[in-house]
Formats: sequence, C-alpha cells, structure tokens
Amino acid sequence: MARKPAGGTAAPSNTSKDELLKYYRDMLLIRRFEEKAGQLYGMGLIGGFCHLYIGQEAVVVGLEAAAKEGDKRITSYRDHGHMLACGMDPRGVMAELTGREGGYSKGKGGSMHMFSREKHFYGGHGIVAAQVPLGAGLAFADKYLGNDNVTFTYFGDGAANQGQVYESYNMAELWDLPVVFVIENNQYAMGTSVKRSTKSTSLFGRGEAFGIPGEQVDGMDVLAVKAAGEKAVAHCRAGKGPYILEVMTYRYRGHSMSDPAKYRTREEVQKMRDERDSIENVRDLLLQGKHATEDELKAVDKEIKDIVNDSAEFAKESPEPALEELWTDIYASDLPQGSAEENA
Amino acid sequence: MATEILMPALSPTMEEGTLAKWLVKEGDEVKSGDILAEIETDKATMEFEAVDEGKIGKILIEEGTQGVAVNTPIAVLVEDDESVDDVQVSAPPAQQPAAEKSAEPAPAEAEAPAPERDISPDWPEGTEMKTMTVREALREAMEEEMGRDETVFLMGEEVGEYQGAYKISQGLLDKFGPRRVVDTPISEIGFTGIGTGAALAGLRPIVEFMTFNFAMQAIDHIINSAAKTLYMSGGQMGCPIVFRGPNGAAARVGAQHSHDYAAWYAQIPGLKVVMPYSAADAKGLLKQAIRDPNPVIFLENEILYGRSFEVPDLEDFTIPFGKARIARAGKDVTIVSFGIGMTHALEAADKLAEQGIDAEVIDLRTLRPLDYATILESVKKTNRCVTVEEGFPVASIGNHISAHIMENAFDYLDAPVINCTGKDVPMPYAANLEKHALITSDEVVEAVKKVTYK
Ligand SMILES: Cc1ncc(C[n+]2csc(CCOP(=O)(O)OP(=O)(O)O)c2C)c(N)n1
Ligand SMILES: [Mg+2]
Repeated sequence: MARKPAGGTAAPSNTSKDELLKYYRDMLLIRRFEEKAGQLYGMGLIGGFCHLYIGQEAVVVGLEAAAKEGDKRITSYRDHGHMLACGMDPRGVMAELTGREGGYSKGKGGSMHMFSREKHFYGGHGIVAAQVPLGAGLAFADKYLGNDNVTFTYFGDGAANQGQVYESYNMAELWDLPVVFVIENNQYAMGTSVKRSTKSTSLFGRGEAFGIPGEQVDGMDVLAVKAAGEKAVAHCRAGKGPYILEVMTYRYRGHSMSDPAKYRTREEVQKMRDERDSIENVRDLLLQGKHATEDELKAVDKEIKDIVNDSAEFAKESPEPALEELWTDIYASDLPQGSAEENA
Repeated sequence: MATEILMPALSPTMEEGTLAKWLVKEGDEVKSGDILAEIETDKATMEFEAVDEGKIGKILIEEGTQGVAVNTPIAVLVEDDESVDDVQVSAPPAQQPAAEKSAEPAPAEAEAPAPERDISPDWPEGTEMKTMTVREALREAMEEEMGRDETVFLMGEEVGEYQGAYKISQGLLDKFGPRRVVDTPISEIGFTGIGTGAALAGLRPIVEFMTFNFAMQAIDHIINSAAKTLYMSGGQMGCPIVFRGPNGAAARVGAQHSHDYAAWYAQIPGLKVVMPYSAADAKGLLKQAIRDPNPVIFLENEILYGRSFEVPDLEDFTIPFGKARIARAGKDVTIVSFGIGMTHALEAADKLAEQGIDAEVIDLRTLRPLDYATILESVKKTNRCVTVEEGFPVASIGNHISAHIMENAFDYLDAPVINCTGKDVPMPYAANLEKHALITSDEVVEAVKKVTYK
C-alpha cells in the first residue's frame, strides 16, 4: 500500500539530515519502548493501567523540536512518549512502570504518575483534563517570574469536553499566559469517537470564543508538527498569550491494556498504519533524499533496541521500594530544591 | 399616615449598628431613594435610603448612637398635613421572635431515619438460589428496574455502545435503546448536573461513574444540588437519583484511582449511602436504591465484580436500607465491616476460629442509614468490637461507630474498640507498598487478639 508522501507545511529539503535522523531515532525509541512495555505488561511485570502511545509519536517529537531549555510540559496518563521525548531516562521510566525503586517516582507513581523537575516534566495525571488548568498554572508561574518559558499542555479529544478546559482558556487568554494547549486528537476517548461526543468537532476552533488563536495540524507528519509548534511557541514567547494546536493523530493500540477496542475496525487501524505512519514517513524521507542508507537505519534500529532492552533489564533488576517508602513523601518539610528559584 | 423608619439590617450577620450620621433633619421632605443616614454595620459604613415619601416628623435616635438594634424605630415619617404629635411611637421590638419551644428536644440525629431493628430474613425460607457474580447481579437489578419503570434511565461514560467500562451495563443499550441508555462525553460535572436536574423534574436517573474517583469532578452537584435541594425547597423538590460505580482500590492503579469514599458520602445528610459486599445484596439494594425517592450513593468495588455468590431466584426482591446482615454469628468479639472490607473480616474470622476465638461478623450493607441497633446488640453480647474498612483512618466509618458504641454501650465494653483501616498515605503503585497500604486479614486478627487480650 502506497503511503502518501510526507510533507505539508515544511518542505523536506529545508530539513537537514541530522534533524531527520534525530526525529527518526526519537520516534522509534518511543515505539519500541511502548512495545516493550506492552510485553512486560503481558508478563505481569507492569500492573494497573498502562496507556500506550504507539501511533502518536510524531506529536511529542515534533513539539519537542520546537521547545527550548526551560520550557515545561504536562500531560495525561498517556505519558510515556512525552517523557522519552523530553529526554527522560528510559530506565527510570521503565522501572516506574514495573513499580521499582529505580523508577522516577521510586515506584510510588506508576505508569500514570511520573515527574521530572530536571526535564520540566510535570506529570502524568490520571483525572481526565485535570492537567489543563495545572498547565495554565505552570505558565502563570513563568509569566509571574518574568522568564520567557512556554508550557506545553497536552490533553485528548475526550478531555476537550471537560468544563475546566474552558475556564482555563478564559483565564489563560485574559492573563496572556504563555501556554500552548495541545489537543492530541487521536479520534477516540476510550471507545467514544469525537463525533459521538460533540457536534462541535473543530476542537481548536473552540478557542475562538475566548480570543485564542489556533490551528489543526497533521500529527502524523513530524515536520508539520514542528512547524506548527514553532509558530505557537513564537506567539507565546512574544507575550501574546496562549495558542491552541489540535494535532490530528491516531492511537494504534487499545485505550489501555484492557481495552477490547470493538469500537473501530481492524481495517481502520491497519489503513492508518499502512498509509500514514509517522515513522515510516521519516524513513522514506531519509531514504528517498539519500540522507541515509538502509544499513545506516538498521544500525539506528539496533541502537534503539539495545536502549530499550537495557531499560527493561534495569526495570526488572531494580528492587522493589523499601517498605519505609510507604510513609515518606506525604508532607514536605520544605519546598523541593529548584522550585521557584530555578525558574527565575 | 405616619410611618416608622426602622434601623435596617445591612448585612446578613448584622444585629445592631451605629447610627453614624443623619443626612436629613426634622421637617425635611424626602422621597424614595433619598439618603437618610449613614449607618455603620459590623462590616462597613452604609448609606440608608428612604423607601417611602413624606416629611421627617421626628428623629428618634440621635446621630452617633451606638448599638442600635436592628428594627428599632429611628425616625418617624409623616404625611404633609399630619402633626408629629399624633404619632405614637412603638416600643423597640423584642429580640428575634423566638421560635415556639417544643417540649421535646429536637432529635440529635439528622440522618435518614433508620427503621426499628429489622430481623426478618431477607427472603422467604426455602427460596431457590442461583449463583451469580456481583457484576451480573448489578446488571439484572438495573434491567429489572428499567423494565418496571419507564422513568428509570442510565447515563454515563461508555455505558452504551462500549457496554460499560466494567461491563455492568452489558446488553442494556440493545434492550432499552439510546433514549434510556445514554452515552455521555467525559463531562462529569455536566452530566451529573443534568442527571440531577432530570431527577428534580421527576425522572429516576442512574448515573454511572466510571469510577468514583471521577465523581470528585462532580461532587458539587452530588452534594449541593442532589442532597440538599429537598431540604432547601421545604420538601418540594425530591431528587430520586442513584449515583453508582466502582469505589476504592482496584489493583495497582495508583493514588488517583484508588480512593474509598465511604466516609465522605456517609457524612452528608440528604444522601443515602449503600456499599454492598455480596451479589444478593448488590442486587436487592440496587433495586431498592432505584426505587428510593432520595439521592443514593451506591459504592461498588471492581475486585468484587467478578466474585460469585448465591442470589435468590425470585422475580422481584429488594433489601431495605438500614438493615445490617449478620454474616457470621459468634460470641467472643464483634467485627463490623462493609463492602470489600467484608473479605478481610470473614477471612479473619476463619483464622480466629482456628485459634479458638469465635467472632461475630456484621455486614453493614448501608452506611446511611446505619443499623446501630444490630451493632449495639452484638457488642452487648460480645463486649468487644473491631471495625474493618479500606478507607483512610481519620474520620473513618469506624471512628463514628466507636463513638456511637462509647456513648451507648460504654459499660458493656471490656476493651477499647479498634478501627482497622487503610494506611494514612496516598495509594502507592509499587506492588509491595500497595499491599502494605491496604488493610489485611492479619491486621484484623491482630486487632481482635488485642481486644480479647489473647
Ligand atoms: C475525570 C475522569 N473521567 C473519566 C476517566 C476515565 N478515563 C480515562 S482515559 C479516558 C478517555 C480519555 O480520552 P482522551 O481525552 O481522548 O485521551 P486519550 O486516552 O485518547 O489519549 C477516560 C474516560 C478519568 N480518568 N477521569
Ligand atoms: Mg483521544
């Protein structure tokens, strides 16, 4: 089946070989990591809820390419891809999935609740849309502190129907908060398709009522995502307030590991994979532009596979947290290092 | 006709104020809207406007007077041809008219009234039983009630086409159609408010929360709109609605998806709170909840959904609220529990039996109304009590029961009541930590040994 050529807003010729290779590598890392996580879940090493990001890789990789050091990100429970894309250590993420001491939350958070102050990753939130006002709040802090950081606040098409999103829009625009609202429209909220949850299906367009500009972006095209991200970020950094990106994407796997996914056909999924896959798109660009040979890409594949296997090994070997951990981190005796000062 | 101008109440809490300044004098003509005086309340200085037209006949309270009680006449307004001397000034009013004192003190309990202790069997003896899971029991209860009553409908996330996130509503869309099985967007406060409005208008909604963790988004409508409206409307606006879904810890779903809300909702006058353990109770109590004219919080448990129990094979049966079940009779100690806590209570009772301790286990089944009588009667017999629940220790159901026993059966107690609860920490994800955060039957055994001094 022929894939539509990648492209859209950003012409491939503008993009250097190194850049393309980086996107390829970053997206592949997420995909292989998630496949491994699915496998460990099947083996009983990961428990509870586990929401895979497979299919949506171009969204975070494209937007991270538009970010600078100091920018923040926050998302829902479907958070593994965001963490890897912003440079968090695959070992620490995988070990959190297995609930071990070496995990980002010492095993206490799990798949849905991981954080990294160092990488400005603010979670990992289990309540649909709760991260949206939180993200606006992160941006509020940056504006208050007078720096030029931007916050990427990711949420789903389903989350877009929560009232708190619109209260956040109103205040973010009212106060010109530097926040990019990223709607990852993967077309389903669990088993509910967008058109079964709203008649106002232009999700980015809902910002208009609040005066927030926005646009729809092809989320299977990492270059298009990056270009849109740059535009949004420039708007925020210029002090013009929030921006909305509705990134059209698709999740290949079920909502979580326990989703029978009867609400869509296998053909629908297969068609996306065959025709629109973001990783295959970049791979084509690399090969067609003679930026890389099959052998070079094979070497990248191998490198990624090693990183992922290493993270899985680490996640299995890392011990369970000490029982004393049950009673720690309930109250802080002081603000953790690097809260407000770090951003100033 | 002369009119008295009374000291106004200018804030909800004002009982008296200072008449700071008169802006009119005797003989002045005033019309409505004119500012008569400045009055200092407990919060601010306010301008006091005239309501009626007329002439200031007499100023009764000089400016600068402090502590002028609300409703004290402060001036007299006369019509043009009237003389001030004709005016009779009434005495300052007494304090607030006291409500009629009744001889009986008001009942201290504001809870849904618990019936007299009901010790009748839940279903006739000799009833045929069938085995079914809690999941099937809940589904059957909804199916039967939707069949009985056209005003009953189900709404929530994924209840229809997806067949229920936990498959409780399996098949209901096919049977009753989309008018009565309504898929909602992820908009908890919105659909909870809509459900509550529909109930106020006379329908009988069943609102399913995918889990009760997400009902925190909607708790304002549950409490401020559903639970209080009957009271606020002087009994006019009943709200027959059931809020149901899984509550408490499932397995390894972390801090935001594992909360037990039993004690939260049980605190609210106006709500009824049900938390079944067995399939028979799940079915009989859900049917009762759907028929109840009040908002009912129906707390299920994901881990129990797949467990099988014996359920009476009857065309129709309900279980009344406020009737605990003695799940196991015994004489040495009373263990009180409900919901998933019963698993640990019963397991502990088995272990204790091996050690020669004969425990009586009470399943409360409903937390509001609460069957105090059954607890007290048992404690008067065993003289010892341990409570078991999954929720947090502070302000737990166990705390409340302990207080009640202390007030009403203090002299019968041979040991302090012990409350076994979940640990006072957010639910950790790691398997080993989660196990420690949750209540276990061994902890219950320990507690029983303590109260029996074994
Ligand atoms: C307030 C709340 N309601 C319901 C849920 C259960 N739930 C978890 S994810 C989800 C679907 C969300 O869909 P979407 O926002 O499109 O994000 P996606 O999963 O597609 O990334 C639901 C209903 C929840 N976690 N929080
Ligand atoms: Mg979605």
